[in-house]
This record gives sequence, C-alpha cells and structure tokens, in this order.
Amino acid sequence: MAASRQAPDDNAQSGQRPNRRTVLSGLAASVGTAFAHPAQAASATPAAAPTLPDVPTLTIGYVHWLHDVETISLIFTPAPNNGRAGAEVGVSDNNTTGRFLHQNFALETVEVRTGQDPVAALNTLIGKGIRLVVTDRPAADVLKLADAAAPHGVTIFNAGAPDDSIREENCRANLVHTAPSNAMLTDALAQYLIWKRWPRWFLAYGETPDDLLLAEAYRRAAKVFGARIVADRQYKGKAGSRETDSGLIDLQKQLPVFTQNAPEYDVLVCADQNSVFAGYLPYRTWDARPVVGSAGLIPTSWDPNSTEFGGKQMQDRFIAYAHRFMTALDMNAWVAVRMIGTAASYAQSLDPDKIMAYMRGPSFQLGAYRGLSLSIRSWNGQVRQAILLSDSGRTVVSMSPQPGFLHEVTVLDTLGTDKPETTCKLPAGQKT
Amino acid sequence: MKIPVIARSRGGRGNLVRADPRPPVRAPNRAHLAATFLAMTCGWLLALALFATSPAHAYMAYASNEKDNTISVIDLDKMQVVKTVPTGQRPRGMALTSDGKRLLVCLGDSNRIDIFNTRTWQVVGSIDTPDPEYAALRKPENNPLYVSNENNALITVWNIDTEKMLVQMPTGVEPEGMAVSPDGQLIVNTTETTNMAQFFSYATGKNLANVLVPPRPRWAAFTHDGKQVWVSSELGGAVTVIDTRTFKILDTIRFQVEGLRSTFIQPVGINITDDDKLAFVALGPANRVAVVSVPEHKVLSYVATGHAEYNAKVKKYLLVGQRPWHMAFTPDGKYLVTANGLSNDVSVIRVSDLRVINTIPVGQQPWMVLVSPH
Repeated sequence: MAASRQAPDDNAQSGQRPNRRTVLSGLAASVGTAFAHPAQAASATPAAAPTLPDVPTLTIGYVHWLHDVETISLIFTPAPNNGRAGAEVGVSDNNTTGRFLHQNFALETVEVRTGQDPVAALNTLIGKGIRLVVTDRPAADVLKLADAAAPHGVTIFNAGAPDDSIREENCRANLVHTAPSNAMLTDALAQYLIWKRWPRWFLAYGETPDDLLLAEAYRRAAKVFGARIVADRQYKGKAGSRETDSGLIDLQKQLPVFTQNAPEYDVLVCADQNSVFAGYLPYRTWDARPVVGSAGLIPTSWDPNSTEFGGKQMQDRFIAYAHRFMTALDMNAWVAVRMIGTAASYAQSLDPDKIMAYMRGPSFQLGAYRGLSLSIRSWNGQVRQAILLSDSGRTVVSMSPQPGFLHEVTVLDTLGTDKPETTCKLPAGQKT
Repeated sequence: MKIPVIARSRGGRGNLVRADPRPPVRAPNRAHLAATFLAMTCGWLLALALFATSPAHAYMAYASNEKDNTISVIDLDKMQVVKTVPTGQRPRGMALTSDGKRLLVCLGDSNRIDIFNTRTWQVVGSIDTPDPEYAALRKPENNPLYVSNENNALITVWNIDTEKMLVQMPTGVEPEGMAVSPDGQLIVNTTETTNMAQFFSYATGKNLANVLVPPRPRWAAFTHDGKQVWVSSELGGAVTVIDTRTFKILDTIRFQVEGLRSTFIQPVGINITDDDKLAFVALGPANRVAVVSVPEHKVLSYVATGHAEYNAKVKKYLLVGQRPWHMAFTPDGKYLVTANGLSNDVSVIRVSDLRVINTIPVGQQPWMVLVSPH
C-alpha cells in the first residue's frame, strides 16, 4: 500500500500525472481477464497498511476463505484476494483519516482453506488481542466463529454469507452482517420487477441447499410485493461447463426444453448460488423473456460499473490498489472495515467496546457510494443498505429501494426482514 | 416543479442586465411564442449569431456538465444557453479569476485543469494534476490555486500563471469542498469519505485543525466576515457552523421538509449573501434550496430546541429543478443560479422574493455553476 500511495505523490511533486493512466490502460488490455486470478497482484499485496510510529493501532482480523470457485463466465472468476482486498483498501482509508486523528489501523489476515477449521484461525487472532474480525466464510462457519468469539467479547462481521437464518432464528448478538441477506437481495429485485410491471415470474432454481433458500426468498418477496410465481421449476443435473467441448450444443437443446410449456410469464427468475446453470439461461429460454436473479439482471451490493454517488472514486482507488475490479464481496469487507474506522473516529477511541457501542448507536452512519447511508438494524445486526441491480457486470440498471415503496422509518427497511417480522430473539441487554 | 421556459421567459421575470434596467416586457403573444419556437428550432446557429452580434452586457453563467463534457454558457439576460464549449473528460469544479477573464475547469477524468479565456473560449493554460474534483482560487491575487485531488487524498497548490505546483498537503479520503478565507489566510477542505473539515494555514501550509462533522461533507463556505465556516454534510443531512478562530463547532443546522424522508435531504452547495444575512443551502435529491438566517443560527441556539426554533432557522424552502448541488449569485446579489444535476437544467432564484423565476436547460448532469463578475 505504501508503494502504491507513494507513486502518485512523487509524480505530483514533480508536476507529473500519476501512474493511474498506466494502471487503467493495463486494465483495458486485460479487461477480459480482469476478474481472473491476478496471481501477481495477490502475492504483491501487503497484509496491512504501514504502522505509524507512536500512534496507537487497532488491528482488525480477517478470516479469509481461500477456495476455488468455478464460474460460468470466465471474467467473474473471483481473485484469490476477493474480499480481502476490499478490507485492505478499507484499512488504508481508515488510516488516511487516522493520521489526522492520532489513530492507526492494521489488518491481520488468516487464510483458511475449505476443510480447515476457521475457529483455529479465529483463536490465532484472539490470541493476538484482536477483537473485531471480518470473515467471508459461509453461514455455518459464521455461526461457529460467532459462538467461539462470544466469550472473548469479539464481534464477527459477516461479509459473505447471505443466509437469512443466521440473521433470524439463529441470530447472534456479536454478529454484524455487512453482506446483504437473501431477503434484501430478492426484495430489491422484486421491487424493480413490480415497478416495471413484470409481476408474472417463472422461478427456476438449482439443487443445492443454498439454492433452495434463495428460491424460498424469491417466493417470500413475490408474496410481499404482489408478484405471482406462475411456474416453479427445479433445474436438475449439472449443465455443461465451459470445459466441455460440446457444451454449447447440449445447452442449446437442454435449456429451451427446461423452460418449455410454461404459463404466460414476464420474467424468468433464477436462483443459482453456485454458478451451475443460471449463466446459461439468457438467450436460451423457450420464450423470449428476460432472465433475472442469479443471471441477467442481478441484485448485488456492488458492481464494478457503479459510479454514481461518488462511486467512481471508490472504483479508481480499488483498481489502483488491487489491479482488478471491485466485487460485491470486496465492498462488503470494505464496509465492515470502514464501519470500524468511522465509529472509531466519531467515538474518538480505538477501544473495541466503545467502537461497537457507537456503531450500534443511533447516530452511526456510513457513506458507501449508494446514496443513502448505511447503519445497523438493531433487531438482527443486519447492515441496511441500498441494493444495485446489475446487468451482469455491464451497467447498473437501477438501485433499490424503488420509488413508491415507502416505510415509516427509512425506505432502506423496505428491503429484507423488518423489525415487526424478525424472529431474532436475543437475551435482554444483548440486543445487537 | 420545473417552470416552463417559454411562458416564463416572456412573462414577469426580472431583468438581469447589470445597468439600465429595461422597460417592462410586454405580455406574451402568438408572434412572440412563434419567434421563441423558431429560435429554439433554429438552435445554436441563431443563438450564436445573436451572441456574436450583440454586446455582452448581461451576466454570463457557466455550468459544468459532468456527463457530456461541456460548459454551457448562459446569457442571464436572454435566459438561454448561447454557447456550448467542449471540454476534456468530466468537468466538475470551476473557478473564475477576479476579473472574470479566465475560467478554470477541473477535468477529473482527463487529470488536468484547463484554463479557458471566457471571451474566446480558447484554452490558454493547463495544469496537469490527478483527478481534480474542485479547486479554489485565493483572491484577489488569483493565486495560488488549491486543488482537491480526490483520488490521492491530497490538496495540491498551484501557481496558475506558471502552471507549476508549489506544495502539496495530505488530507483524509476524497477531499472535495475547498474554500479560502476572505483574508486569504485560512484554507478549509472537506473530506467526503472520512468526514472531516480540515483547516490549513496559507502562510505555512500546516494542518491547523481537523473537525469531525456528520457524514460525507461536501462543501465549505466562509462567512464574509471570515469568522465562521459553514460545512454541508450530504449524508448527515446537516450544516455544521465552525468558528475559524477556535475551530470549535458553534452549531449544527438540520433540515426537515414536510412529506420528505430525512434521507433524501442531502445538503451540498452553500452560498452566503455578501451581507452575511442569508445562507442558501442546496438540498440535492430533496429538490430544494433551504434559506437559512446566518446571524440567527447563533442567537437561536440559546432558545429551546424543537420545531419552533427549527422553522425559524430555516425560513423557507424553494422548489428548484432536480438535485441542485452547486449555486452562484449574480454579482449584484439579486439572483441565485442553481445547477440541477438530474433534470439537466439551471434554475434562477430571485433573492428578493425567493421565487424561482426561470429554469434553463443546459447539458448533461450540470455539477457546478458560476456567474461572471461583469
């Protein structure tokens, strides 16, 4: 980070433009693989921003899930530092402020591969006195981490798992969810579809447990916003992958058949959390209908094309640091780290207890390039936030909440589980 | 909300000429309307011809159109765009020299500031600096120029005649709003993402104070007596009044518009009248400009807080085009022009009766507007 910040400064000193142009032209040249493994970038990224001498430092932990993800679209293959790079830029942003407020922040990352125990990683961090930990592990591990962290007064920031259960019936007092829940994502899409007057949905979902949860969230969203699911079908069997020589031909035959003989519908809503089939649906449906959900028009907390509300600056800063585009997971991790930094500057303290008290308090607000500011829902620890609707990473089509969907407190709470509906029950005095 | 241009441009609007106010304009008739339509359809050629042949006696307003990379030059007498000047990429912040002869335009995506001659619209100078968002000139010397380099967390300071950088000062994340005190001794900058108003000394360049304000501070404006600086917080929905001697927060002014959620009230531009009596605050997506009593904010802070005090502070809300961000007074202080980013127009507010008297279409996503001093 030190090196990447230094370059522009040096250039500015001599009146020259910074290196950004080179960075961008490099990006343009490799735009097709920008999402792919930038191995050199990952290995070149230091774990944390430099520590200033004589300034008190708060170290934030990061339990990073290092795993291979196969995607239908090559350009969406996540980089090994997916999420983590967002946290690193967040720490750098914290320190840019911190240098004026006598506060310094660092990030300590522990990588955990699939099958390895995340709790051991957490204990390593706790052993170093770290009490605020971000993770991108799946829901079951988030709960394990939260339970292991609780006796030590450690707060876990869930940047990756969208499962509603860990916010509702299985909620924990020491969990903050910067990742939007399935309910928020599906509500965001539903509002737009209703605004468009596309209320007749063909719901297509996959076979994995998380596909079933997401499909359930769409059924709930349909009910809440007055859409009708006119066809409800599970896609069985793995579709061809890009490695299969004859994949395209098979898909071209398979998918029209799968979507054939449906009642009249407006949009095909697909729920596919693991990139198994949804990416193949556009242009291959029996009827000429748009695809939304896990492919086509996608609800997400961030998109590399989002430039509104000052987002261009965030994109520029991230690209200059990570040499790739910023994903939703990067954004969720950035939000977690910036929530900590922002609470620390207003609380004027690096004490994790004071930081969390301010963050969960009534005056906390974080700007995160989506118009309305982010804050924590007191009833389940979910960070309320606007949701972008992305045209599969090409453009941002819209942002929800949509106009006309009203709420007595904040329009952001038209997305996801609202206070009267929550099933999260925490012991008295432990409200998140 | 948007006042039809044709109806208003012939109706009872005030003249914006600097001297020799004209006799009242006649009520509209068919011929006038036809002529207006003709002028509109003939487009730029006719407008340019008129501009070229008639003496420039009216105030000119300049709007920077962030999305289509142009400056709209607006004749405030004719109440129409008379010239569209192509610029580099993403023009946002602008500054005018005291004599009005040079317009500095921050070109964020071209990584430079171009200096335009406001008569010929030729580029007469250029400053290479990364991602400039806004720049403020120290006046009346017209030097140095303080530039917010948004992506680099830096203020760079330039001599605009030699185009050389003098010094750079580190800031928080995303420096944006910038202002120089009337005596030229104090510089203030707002950092959007890290929520500070940062003060620097002109003489030493040293960082004097960092004042935490509500989230996403966008703009700073000194009172003309130099005793206070007013800082708008876009997400915090507030204006913070800071004492420039002690750097203490004197007051936090919040806004409330009936029928609007507080989250849509996002203050950005602040313009304070020369007599330090009124402050105009553009409220972004609330589509309004708030009028705030400058002296009373302090007097009223002794009164019990609540709606009564609140309404007294914010005297009136004005409906303008959509998402007004930045504004400029005409030099006589009689009119205030707002740049409305979503509706792609500028509104003209008559200060005497706080009425929007005209709305003029400009380019795509106007970010800022300035008015010539002559």
